[in-house]
Amino acid sequence: MAAELGSRAMFVAGGTDLFPKLKRRQFEIDTVIGLDFLPREIHNGSNECTVDAGVTLADASRDAHVNARFKGYADAAGLVSSPPLRNAGTIGGNLCVDTRCNYYDMTYEWRKAAGFCMKKDGDICLVAPSSPRCWAVSSSDTAPMAIALDVMSLRLRATPEMRSAYVKLRRRGSIDFPIAGAAVAAQLDGDIVTSCRIVLSAVASYPLQATAAEAFLKGKRLDGEAIDQAAELAARPAKPLDNADLTHFWRKRMVRVVVEQALHRISDQGAGFDG
Amino acid sequence: MRDRPHPPLRGDLPGERGGENLKVVGRPLPRVDAAAKVTGRAMYADDLLPARTLHCRILRSPHPHARILSIDTSAARRIPGVVAVITGSDLPIKFGILPVTQDERALEHEKVRYVGDPIAAVAATDEEIAAAACDAIAVEYEVLEPVMSINAALGVPKDERIQDYGGPNNVHKFVALEFGEVEGVFERADHVREDVFFFQGNTHLPMEQHSAVATYIDGKVTLWSSTQVVHYVHRALAKVLELPMHRIRVIGAAHGGGFGGKTDPFAHEIIVAKLAMMTGRPVKCTLTREEVFYAHRGRHPVLMWVRTGVTRDGQITAMHFRTALDGGAYGSYGVASTFYTGALQTVTYDIPAYRFEGCRVFTNKPPCGPKRGHGTPQPRFALELHLEKIAHDLGIDPVELKRRNFVKPDTRTVNWLRVTSCGLEECTEKVMVASRFRERKKQAGHGMGFAISSYLSGAGTAIYWNDMPHSEVQIKVDRGGVTAYCGAMDIGQGSDSVLATIVAEELGLQPADVRLVTADTDTTPIDLGSYSSRVTFMAGNAALEAARKMRALLVEAVEAGGHRFEDVTFEEASILAEARFGTLATAGSYTPPKIAGPYKGSGVGPSPAYSYSACVVDLDADARTGLITVNKVWIAHDVGRAINPLLVEGQVEGSVYMGLGEALMEEQAFRKGLHKWPSMLEYKSPTFLDMPEVETFIVETIDPEGPYGAKEAGQGPLLPVPPAVCAALHDALGVWIDEIPVTPEKVVEALRRKEKGEPARYGPSAFPSIPYPPTIKVEPPPKDPSATAASI
Ligand SMILES: Cc1cc2nc3c(=O)[nH]c(=O)nc-3n(C[C@H](O)[C@H](O)[C@H](O)COP(=O)(O)OP(=O)(O)OC[C@H]3O[C@@H](n4cnc5c(N)ncnc54)[C@H](O)[C@@H]3O)c2cc1C
Ligand code: SF4
Repeated sequence: MAAELGSRAMFVAGGTDLFPKLKRRQFEIDTVIGLDFLPREIHNGSNECTVDAGVTLADASRDAHVNARFKGYADAAGLVSSPPLRNAGTIGGNLCVDTRCNYYDMTYEWRKAAGFCMKKDGDICLVAPSSPRCWAVSSSDTAPMAIALDVMSLRLRATPEMRSAYVKLRRRGSIDFPIAGAAVAAQLDGDIVTSCRIVLSAVASYPLQATAAEAFLKGKRLDGEAIDQAAELAARPAKPLDNADLTHFWRKRMVRVVVEQALHRISDQGAGFDG
Repeated sequence: MRDRPHPPLRGDLPGERGGENLKVVGRPLPRVDAAAKVTGRAMYADDLLPARTLHCRILRSPHPHARILSIDTSAARRIPGVVAVITGSDLPIKFGILPVTQDERALEHEKVRYVGDPIAAVAATDEEIAAAACDAIAVEYEVLEPVMSINAALGVPKDERIQDYGGPNNVHKFVALEFGEVEGVFERADHVREDVFFFQGNTHLPMEQHSAVATYIDGKVTLWSSTQVVHYVHRALAKVLELPMHRIRVIGAAHGGGFGGKTDPFAHEIIVAKLAMMTGRPVKCTLTREEVFYAHRGRHPVLMWVRTGVTRDGQITAMHFRTALDGGAYGSYGVASTFYTGALQTVTYDIPAYRFEGCRVFTNKPPCGPKRGHGTPQPRFALELHLEKIAHDLGIDPVELKRRNFVKPDTRTVNWLRVTSCGLEECTEKVMVASRFRERKKQAGHGMGFAISSYLSGAGTAIYWNDMPHSEVQIKVDRGGVTAYCGAMDIGQGSDSVLATIVAEELGLQPADVRLVTADTDTTPIDLGSYSSRVTFMAGNAALEAARKMRALLVEAVEAGGHRFEDVTFEEASILAEARFGTLATAGSYTPPKIAGPYKGSGVGPSPAYSYSACVVDLDADARTGLITVNKVWIAHDVGRAINPLLVEGQVEGSVYMGLGEALMEEQAFRKGLHKWPSMLEYKSPTFLDMPEVETFIVETIDPEGPYGAKEAGQGPLLPVPPAVCAALHDALGVWIDEIPVTPEKVVEALRRKEKGEPARYGPSAFPSIPYPPTIKVEPPPKDPSATAASI
């Protein structure tokens, strides 16, 4: 059906991202194809766990197994928006959530008044007018965590040494998309980092992997000093623009803070599955 | 004019009977409309859908400032399902809430003044068709340079001015008054301090979007609307539609929140009425959330300069206060707002000499107007912080300094405002003790701040000059029970419950026993509406008079039958009375006493009574991120008497919530003439999780003129919250944020400046030079508070 209808149709799971966008005429389609028929379970194996795309964010955030082994993932799911949206919104939908920009996530009439931008109906970027590309921000909470955990087809795999943490900065205690976020998954041998992934949310058009910080931490003891330096390195490539909440100067400064907090959480978790 | 409006009938004024004798007044009973509202059964305007209803959408300007060269609606008219299309030439008559600023049109056909200004309207068989038709209307504009700031509005306009009336350039209104002589006093003062503050504009954000439905049957327009002021909507409809008032009926539907945002007559109300007249079918318009941001009439952005002279021990000797208000594109309540930015400073602090200069400018933004606290939270913010700084200069505890200057009950201020009951001392003591403010430990990153405020219990003058009562109530009693009729509109503040409680108290019933018919211009007597915290005081007094008259009839009939009133049921009493007197109907009304001072402009500020609040905020502030967590708020409010303490607490907590939102995040911001974020996701207001614990104390000073001694509770408690937040932040981090909202970036920047040895503050650097006219010098009133003045 999707193939037949092509770009005039879109899938809908919880609809929490898609429907507001349809109302704002950001997608112009005739048909939505419901994904209700897809399985929506969390399959728990001994060292891994597969989350069906249709699982709601609320269920994923509350699942005892996911919480015990993939704390960062459960936290990321539990920090999306607000309770009603987590009850409807799905893991699959969250991975696919569209990039955001406050020059774009507005009604049709507003966008028309502002002048359409290249993301839809126009040809320039209103944030960076000389730029050939769109700088809308990747704002999914679970996508960076999934990347940090090196997820394959939503299969989360863990070793006993693996720890994960997700820290999200937002203006209010609920509803808001991240304005900076850090997803960290790390393997530790004692307090030595054997491998580590740090992925940032809301600072680029895609979940931004902080490779320099990852390389720096490998083989290091995860103490305050290492955390400081890693956070500094992680924040460097982040280039927030003036298209999300609060000023981009401040958001840039905050990247360091969220990375630090996430790494401290990793270090505080202690070894084992129940951190 | 009667000073105590309703002399007690049979000598049994409840205040004199003693509070303990009251049966329902003072009890925390549930609201009479609670079940309907929480179960969703209340009928809001948007719930109404009469048969054959047409849906209306409004085409709005995409430009902040432009001349309209042509409007072509022909393509829109051809769309199947479109029944009518109208433009400004169908509704050319101007209207506006204040008689002096009749500057709005329901649809503009000559010039647009902000993004969102209405241009054309479509009635169609469904909303999508109406929206598509709006899209098909072709408008040709000559785009003009927009004016987007106070400074720009004070300068010479590049193209042309926004409105063709007012002061020079884009000035709308000047006020310049001086009470006593300030300059000499400044020279003699031990210490003089000047500060500049800015309070950013913000909006009401009611849960319910504005909505209106109109029918036209038998030559009569009926409009159901989500409005705070059925009477003023009635007047505006009559004017613009050129219909006599008796051919128009305005009914206030169940209300989902106003906060001042539904206190003007609005374009969509006039448009649906016109479309109903043209099509003969019901027409409905519910604004989108984006349109609600454009309808606005919210908090004015205000730039303020204040200069105060004090003695060595902190006694205020003179004050000079200047304000500049960014009014947006139209007048709305702006003239009153301008006066309000200078009126109530004197109602909390005894200021022997006072000079006020205010200026409102037009800008190409949605019009500002009254929001909870109308024109007074901004100067209150400035005043409280300014005094806080003076206390620091003098090395006096700020609470002590403020206290030394508190006004006393039963006095008249230098600007002729009459203060009767005043619980400032009691309120301050309550929050000081409960918060253990004086015992707080100095600890970096943690702080506590204190502030006070006052607000009106209804404006002493009506919006249009007249000598009629401001509120009227009729009561009917028959075998079927009691019904009270009043034009007042319950906007969620609980005015229906207050009316029912007062009538019930007098007649020996429970509030739930009283049927209410409210806010319907055909069936209810006039009440001016829900604004300026006037309903409990004014409609309450009217209800009290009507109920006491009814009680007198019932008592007389019962006693004539040889019984005691206390020994018969209400039904028995009403049968005896109906048999004796025939139809049982009584009426009561309330006209505020004439207490305005003898000068032009004295109509804004006087109120029959002022409420008082004191508040302490406790917060943590992170020096690295600038993020603030408010831990707790203690607030005491002098409400005169709590007719229902549950409702008072609700109003106080709601005010604290709104005050915190304004203090920390809410902001009506613009980018290139466009509202930056007309959406509930991007315009930040606090969620449940951002709301701290609030401990509320109700202080009862039993006002001599309020019903049972009651005063207002709906607005005043918002005012001390923003300055208390900033005082607490200074306590925590040693920096002043002289600008609302206090965002984390501003905190970080102020700390950076502090570190560099610059002044440890963030806020406006200077106040513009404004060509205020010469001040009108007003002789202060005689010290005797009972001396009344001639009216203006
Ligand atoms: C007010 C508000 C606040 C929000 N706050 C946050 C937030 O803080 N953090 C955050 O991450 N998100 C937030 N969101 C976005 C959204 O709610 C979540 O991302 C949610 O997880 C989306 O899931 P959904 O099932 O509702 O997706 P849908 O809206 O149903 O779909 C989203 C997109 O994914 C596609 N899609 C969905 N499922 C599949 C699938 N199985 N296979 C292929 N494509 C698929 C759809 O076609 C669509 O393009 C917010 C949204 C709103 C309206
Ligand atoms: S970043 Fe530029 S192109 Fe992308 S959505 Fe924003 S304004 Fe449009």
